[in-house]
Amino acid sequence: MPYRALFPRDLFADLDRLQREMQQSFDLSPNIRGLSRGFPALNVGGTPKSVEIYAFTPGIDPASLEVQIEKGVLTVAGERRVEAIPEKAAVHIDERFAGRFRRVVTLPDDVDSNAVEARYRDGVLHISIARKETAQPRRITIQ
Amino acid sequence: MTDKTEVSKPGETARNEATLLPPVDVIEDANGITLYADLPGVPKDKLSLQVEADTLTIEGEVALALPAGMEPSHAEVALPRYRRVFTLSKELDSGKVEAEMNQGVLKLRIPKAEHAQPRKIEVKVA
Repeated sequence: MPYRALFPRDLFADLDRLQREMQQSFDLSPNIRGLSRGFPALNVGGTPKSVEIYAFTPGIDPASLEVQIEKGVLTVAGERRVEAIPEKAAVHIDERFAGRFRRVVTLPDDVDSNAVEARYRDGVLHISIARKETAQPRRITIQ
Repeated sequence: MTDKTEVSKPGETARNEATLLPPVDVIEDANGITLYADLPGVPKDKLSLQVEADTLTIEGEVALALPAGMEPSHAEVALPRYRRVFTLSKELDSGKVEAEMNQGVLKLRIPKAEHAQPRKIEVKVA
């Protein structure tokens, strides 16, 4: 689902969006332009032992990415600079995101914010946060 | 499109399969054009570039290291494949395309054909 601002809420804009989304899910090549979404796009998933977050941040120096966890909230922030456009050049299509970005995810209660691993590969930042030992399912032996 | 769509699954490469449209920048200068495309999650060996007559096709498959047994709960990149097709101008020399892939960003440089390059005409003094 495309990321969208939560405010301001305009009913007609929401209806428009709903219609557009429905159209997009039926028509698979709706637009000659790339889809405009929030940057970076996020995928979130979980296993019994961890929470996995994938942030799609292509072309960013990993050292300039800021990943923070505070009070159960994960923040991914940074800046994407575009290559300087040479003089006398014409820009025909300009769809790629440029500038500062920031996305925030609320983590579930059972994660251990000290056991975080972040990796950057092929333009994807993968953050893996382990769940607390005590929250993991275990079998209780009957005596 | 549901949120439960698997992020990366081995699939067959059908022509009319649903794909993501990667965002691009296209910049033209005097000697050619430069195209940048965002293809996060695509390793170099899963990228396919094709030039056929005047059609350029960019295709890439997302390969993420997913831990075993992961249940996706929210997916904005809900399809494992990117694809975008461009029609190249006749001015461009499609035989001299240079491609570079770096951290999920593809950079293509397509020079203009010789006859379309700007050149200086010397004026002879009679």
